[in-house]
Amino acid sequence: MTMSREPEKIPVTVLTGYLGAGKTTLLNRILSEAHGKRYAVVVNEFGEIGIDNELVIGADEEVFEMNNGCICCTVRGDLIRIIEGLMKRKGRFDAIIVETTGLADPAPVAQTFFVDEDVKEAARLDAVVTVADAKWLAQRLRDAPEAKNQIAFADVIILNKTDLVSPAELREVEARIRAINPYATLHRAKKCDVDIAEVLGRRAFDLDRILDIEPDFLVAEDHDHDHDHGHDGEHHHHGLKHYHDEDMQSVAVRFEGDVDPAKFMPWINRLTQEQGLNILRCKGIVAMKDDPKRFVFQGVHMMLDGDSQREWKPDEKRESKVVFIGRGLAEEDIRNGFLACAA
Amino acid sequence: MTEAQATSSLAKHARLFATGAHVVAAAFVDGAPALALADGIVLIGDPDEQTRVVVHPGAAMLTAVSDGKTFLTGGDDGQVVAVSADGALEPVGDEKGRWIDALALRGNAYAWSAGKQVRARDEAGATHAWSAPSTVRGLAFQPKGFRLAATHYNGATLWFPKVEGAPQILEWKGAHLDVSFSPDGRFLVTSMQENALHGWRLQDSRNMRMTGYPAKSRSLSWSHDGQWLATSGADAAVVWPFKDKDGPMGKAPRECGVRQARVTRVAFHPKALVVAMGYADGLILLCRLGDAAEILVRHPGDGGVSALAWDATGARLLFGLESGAAGLLALPA
Repeated sequence: MTMSREPEKIPVTVLTGYLGAGKTTLLNRILSEAHGKRYAVVVNEFGEIGIDNELVIGADEEVFEMNNGCICCTVRGDLIRIIEGLMKRKGRFDAIIVETTGLADPAPVAQTFFVDEDVKEAARLDAVVTVADAKWLAQRLRDAPEAKNQIAFADVIILNKTDLVSPAELREVEARIRAINPYATLHRAKKCDVDIAEVLGRRAFDLDRILDIEPDFLVAEDHDHDHDHGHDGEHHHHGLKHYHDEDMQSVAVRFEGDVDPAKFMPWINRLTQEQGLNILRCKGIVAMKDDPKRFVFQGVHMMLDGDSQREWKPDEKRESKVVFIGRGLAEEDIRNGFLACAA
Repeated sequence: MTEAQATSSLAKHARLFATGAHVVAAAFVDGAPALALADGIVLIGDPDEQTRVVVHPGAAMLTAVSDGKTFLTGGDDGQVVAVSADGALEPVGDEKGRWIDALALRGNAYAWSAGKQVRARDEAGATHAWSAPSTVRGLAFQPKGFRLAATHYNGATLWFPKVEGAPQILEWKGAHLDVSFSPDGRFLVTSMQENALHGWRLQDSRNMRMTGYPAKSRSLSWSHDGQWLATSGADAAVVWPFKDKDGPMGKAPRECGVRQARVTRVAFHPKALVVAMGYADGLILLCRLGDAAEILVRHPGDGGVSALAWDATGARLLFGLESGAAGLLALPA
């Protein structure tokens, strides 16, 4: 077991959200709050930030295709260049926040941290934080694929402007979000008044921190539950309306017991290669046969990152589970494929 | 080889010192050792009598190049400054706070880029502008004539700043970073995002791919006779033959100084077929191309080597590390 820790890498938070959702409001809050931290902020448009911050860098959102035979492997070339430059100011800031344009796909930003060795060495992706407008999100999910991508991709979703909608509308939009991404941590906010600790320092891409992959509403939902049963065609789940999004869904499969690595590894590799265009995010905690340690993995499109984690505890049930969020996922194939990996 | 097996060592001839900041580039300016530091300072002079020249106050030095007479520096304050051996500063360009990404220098001609914006100042002091199709990462003047190569996404562009008309585009899919002309001007070589080098034979724009690197190759150095190109990015200096009319096409490169550490910087000696190479673990070696004989210059430690430069005669080697460690080797006569 290796106990040596690599030098602390600069955490990078990616801030997404459709036009007008409140990204800049959140950014200004982060920068103006007295937290003693210094941030380098990468923005796509200068002038929006009302706070005097020493390090604001304008980005061009240059998305580069990598010539590595992987069709969805795109990276943010400008971000590679900016992180390289920021390393010349090492010690003068604590974290990096990357604000994307409202129409941006978060995938190239995230993939940059999987693909570029220099970026990987210097920085780590902390979390994808998506700001959503409580009043207009439902509409955007219908007419803007970018908005849906941003929800599907998120580790943290800030449902903003909740004061502009009725309690029923709020429950409706939350159910729409959950139909796409039940795993992100969801916060209700007015003028982005969310605790900054819930936004930054999440370590959402840290394999050591993949503790559990339960849907957020099963474990963390503590808001006023709604019991007005009766809408046609909607199920209710712990008080939440349950929708099925036609386009973007999550698929979760679990079983008690071990997987055979000789079956599982080829399966997960093939699945992410063949379906990687449609799979936005995936995560898993797997019990490998004859391995005392938990195997954890996570991925973005075709890119996978996996490692042995801590040992299974004596009182812990050895089980294997995987979660995929994506577009038009072949649920039955994924389910059967994973179940066939059982040892 | 390992450090213990090194048959010879010049380490005791190197005077080591600390600069206090990440060393971005090394050069000899009018014979004086000079180091460009990430905290905006250029350190000029021998280790015991150095002058600290504040070039980019409060800002970071992003890039610096030298032709032996001037140290041209670019900062994240948008300033391009020409630094002389006596510490005199000449403001060359001002991009209003936009990062200076790339620089080139030849005589009194300067070129710099910030994002897509490329500017070239000719010897008469007139500045010309050109906008690249995407962010420019590398600039180089052609050895003869006032012509500039700029790298960007999907290729490189050759631009005559003083000539109206469309620049010549050399296309190759992918993101191109650093750029260098062969000394005879026959070849243009770029380093790429995909851990490879790309080359063009300029006469007919024929493509050359140089692949197999485990990491990006960010340091390129031509031998004095122009027949070899030493490159970083592998666990050895990879040296490509450019003597023939086809360059390295169909030929295998030489490897110098194979170790269990990544080569981060290379610098060919100005008069002999000897390449100086710095590694990610701080070790510095000299390697003779002919028989692969190695001489140790610096023991490992303190992190990656980020700057290497020979003086014009090849009697002294200046080096700097990301950690701020530095040294000046004087070859025994």
